[in-house]
Amino acid sequence: MARMISYKQAINEALDLEMRRDPTVILLGEDIVGGAGAPGEMDAWGGVLGVTKGLHAKHGNRLMDTPLSESAYIGAAIGAAACGMRPVAELMFLDFMGVCFDQIFNQAAKFKYMFGGKAKTPVVIRAMVGAGFRAAAQHSQMLTPLFTHIPGLKVVCPSNAYDAKGLLIQAIRDDDPVIFCEHKALYGSEADVPEESYAIPFGEANIVRDGRDVTLVGYGLTVPRALTAADTLARSGVSAEVIDLRTLSPIDWDTVIESVENTGRLVVIDEANPRCSIATDVAAYVAQNAFGALKAAPQMVTAPHTPVPFSPVLEDLYIPSADAIVAAVHKTTGPVKSAA
Amino acid sequence: MTNNPFPLSRDELLTAYRTMRTIRDFEERLHVEFAKGDIPGFVHLYAGEEACATGIMMHLTDIDRIASTHRGHGHCIAKGVDVHEMMGEIYGKVTGCCRGKGGSMHIADLSKGMMGANGILGAGAPLICGAGLAAKFRGDGGVGLTFFGDGAANQGTVLESMNLAAIWNLPVIFVVENNGYAESTSVEYATAVDSYVDRAAGFGLPGVTVDGTDFFAVYEAAGEIIKRAREGGGPALLECKTVRFFGHFEGDAQTYKAKGENDHNRAHRDCLKLFGARVTAAGVVSEADLALIDREVAALIDDAVETAKGAPLPGARDLTTDVYVAY
Amino acid sequence: MNERIKPIVMPKWGLSMSEGKVTGWLKPAGSPVAPGDEIVEVETDKIAGVVEAHETGTLRRVIGEPDTVYPVKALIGVIADDEVPDAEIDAYVAEYATQAAAEAAEEEAPRTHFIDTPAGRLRYAKRGEGAENVILIHGFGGDLDNWLFNIDALAEAATVYALDLPGHGQSDKKLADPSLKGLSAALLGFMDALDIARAHLVGHSMGGAVAARTALDAPGRVASVTLIGSAGLGDEINAGYTDGFVQASSRRELKPVLEQLFHDPDTVTRQLVDDLLKYKRLDGVTEALTALSGALFAGGRQADQVAQALAATDVPALVIFGASDKVIPPDHAQAIGTRATVEVIEDAGHMVQMEKAARVNELILAHIA
Repeated sequence: MARMISYKQAINEALDLEMRRDPTVILLGEDIVGGAGAPGEMDAWGGVLGVTKGLHAKHGNRLMDTPLSESAYIGAAIGAAACGMRPVAELMFLDFMGVCFDQIFNQAAKFKYMFGGKAKTPVVIRAMVGAGFRAAAQHSQMLTPLFTHIPGLKVVCPSNAYDAKGLLIQAIRDDDPVIFCEHKALYGSEADVPEESYAIPFGEANIVRDGRDVTLVGYGLTVPRALTAADTLARSGVSAEVIDLRTLSPIDWDTVIESVENTGRLVVIDEANPRCSIATDVAAYVAQNAFGALKAAPQMVTAPHTPVPFSPVLEDLYIPSADAIVAAVHKTTGPVKSAA
Repeated sequence: MTNNPFPLSRDELLTAYRTMRTIRDFEERLHVEFAKGDIPGFVHLYAGEEACATGIMMHLTDIDRIASTHRGHGHCIAKGVDVHEMMGEIYGKVTGCCRGKGGSMHIADLSKGMMGANGILGAGAPLICGAGLAAKFRGDGGVGLTFFGDGAANQGTVLESMNLAAIWNLPVIFVVENNGYAESTSVEYATAVDSYVDRAAGFGLPGVTVDGTDFFAVYEAAGEIIKRAREGGGPALLECKTVRFFGHFEGDAQTYKAKGENDHNRAHRDCLKLFGARVTAAGVVSEADLALIDREVAALIDDAVETAKGAPLPGARDLTTDVYVAY
Repeated sequence: MNERIKPIVMPKWGLSMSEGKVTGWLKPAGSPVAPGDEIVEVETDKIAGVVEAHETGTLRRVIGEPDTVYPVKALIGVIADDEVPDAEIDAYVAEYATQAAAEAAEEEAPRTHFIDTPAGRLRYAKRGEGAENVILIHGFGGDLDNWLFNIDALAEAATVYALDLPGHGQSDKKLADPSLKGLSAALLGFMDALDIARAHLVGHSMGGAVAARTALDAPGRVASVTLIGSAGLGDEINAGYTDGFVQASSRRELKPVLEQLFHDPDTVTRQLVDDLLKYKRLDGVTEALTALSGALFAGGRQADQVAQALAATDVPALVIFGASDKVIPPDHAQAIGTRATVEVIEDAGHMVQMEKAARVNELILAHIA
């Protein structure tokens, strides 16, 4: 049965259920148990924000704290995946990809193709993404576009607890390497989540709100922001459809195109920096494939082309806001508020 | 029957010779064929280092995994990858072991425990820790070996992996094939310690340095540390001091080498000649035995080259397949 | 309140409905209306439906504005005779708002329950306190929410249970015996667990066959059967629907399959599709549905027939079909023969109990009376 649990609990539950189901699922990461070898308690942290808390008690040495050596343990997870395990490695902050990217994009992503289809690498790399924690430039980035660029990787970024559980279960069962992006600002958000296991297929966007006048496309934190914007827009007579991409690679072009064909207007919201982003990708695809349906130029609401700032006042300006989304929609509708 | 002073039977000695001869002929032939312009891309030849791959791999079976390097043909052959499929791959043919999508630097055959040659120096070390971890979870007694040169030995990945393997007591062996050159840069210049065994000691790993042109030295040292790892004794490092008969890649004029260095190595440090001399002098194997193998290997390589040349190329549809298991 | 004035309110369709959107009025203000007339279209996040008149009179006020969301029980229209003065109606409307707010505060949405049975843990809803027991049994791939337009109406005359069969809804997904007998045994186990000695069984589609099977095997436990768009009454079944439902894994694949369930395909909302996808994604569901579909409807043929056997009993039987049922041919309604009360309802498809709820409820209430 379903009950309200948080995004963080949903991830913990997905890991627990899959470890129970499949003995080849193992977890590696810095402090995912917390306290390994230290004189105090074991499972002291359960991950820096407690996402894996309690799993060590249930699954013992199938959770392994790692030294602070991202290349070594992310690579070990990938190597173990190529040897029949289903490791879930936690990179803590996706920003840390810089110290282990070779293992992800030159090794995991390439094995299947380079080896003529004979390899499979069912590894999941979980990492926190996104701004809003006053964590500044090296712990807050939305680096999704860097991964969607790489053939061979799948990229997932859930916006709510229900999706977080089902997408992570799919990621673990998936035979390809998956970058699983957890928005840290959503860890506390709650949704109705079944207790049972379920897998949400990749490449299927979710229409979280039906609308007629404009299509808002987002993922992760930008989905609740888009919903807030849609509420505001409804009061001025603009009916906004909100699409949650859920997975960025593969990406569900059909749902986006169908929606734009109905609404004629597109606003893409992306917390990534603007150049070569998910926003530019979606806008370009729609322009190329649904040009005739467009009543106005597609608009993009993104972070600016800057690092993530520290000072709260600056960081709040950095993250795409509901107001910015409303303003972008008004650019597509023109001076007439009601497009109905 | 002559008394056999070696730790291998006569048949095993012949197998070792056949493996080394196959690697040598494979590489010498590629040197010739590459110059004709028929082989795309670039190739890095292993000739001169045959005793390292062969002496180590004779202790392994298909459950044992290796992570190789850009100079990986010898590792592949010694690990049992099919020579015809390798040649097809190097020619970019659809009959290649990677269907022409990998080429010389990415030859792999996971069914043989060969996790891939690798174009990224030092990248195999973390991967083989994963192989060791998987073997440990499965409890199948498998070991993992990662090969790297004196150049890649300076990669952070290798050092991180030694630490990881040590703290998790993984059945993993780090094999440095020290041929004296990181591409064109000498080991004396680029490496601060005199011996990579000193590096291993820094991570609490036992290490041993052997003459990599001496098959028996490699065989015996590798046997000991592989057995130890298999029995749960943990990781170790094996440094094989060896020689590279050719350049870093084909087309390398090798002007950074000393004058006459290659000739000297071929005359005095050729592992095949040294092996042949030892086994025939002991009377365990005859010149005729070796000559027969030489002829058989020559025929095999001839056939592999001819077959590869005549094999079909990949089709346009192969461009976009094999990216994902499902997408 | 003024008894000459009758309210039209935002209906409560199902356990989770808290609000609904008026999508359009089918009658303009001033129209004469009679019971059963379709007055206003309402859409919830789950399903679109029509509010019917329960009174005779004139539609005096159209209050609910199209495309506007109202809470359940909010006043959206008024019916009264022509002689009622406008002033009285205005006063009624003004007073209604305050009273509705007070009522809303005291009512908590009823929840569903779980019970352990030999067939696993089953979810059910229970409504009403009548002397007679009614058990509502959904069809293949369905759940107790298939009765959202019926359960409250029937609860006025009986104690009504609606369950999720094994493999369905929120009940356990493992099926010990994926056959009609197995489902019937699960139903009897459910009745035992809740101490229901005897009940009127109302089954839809596959649930109809379960009801009939149970009546044949345990006649003492079954007061009557109501078979709605029922399986077991003939050979054919639309394999495109049953296989399509099992195989569909995306919204795009599932929506056209679900549209076959209704006379009006627009009834299928995005939320209805999403809810069914959420169910279908649960571990074990695909296996359960595949097993059931293979046992009951392989190759577009129904494996189990109950009509002849049922015709030979004296179990009171009501058979209801939608005239445009695209899943099971509506001529199966005649299979039991004259012994059964038979009604084939126009402008309704396989989900006739949802599409023509008022008429179906009326027929069932008469049948169990």
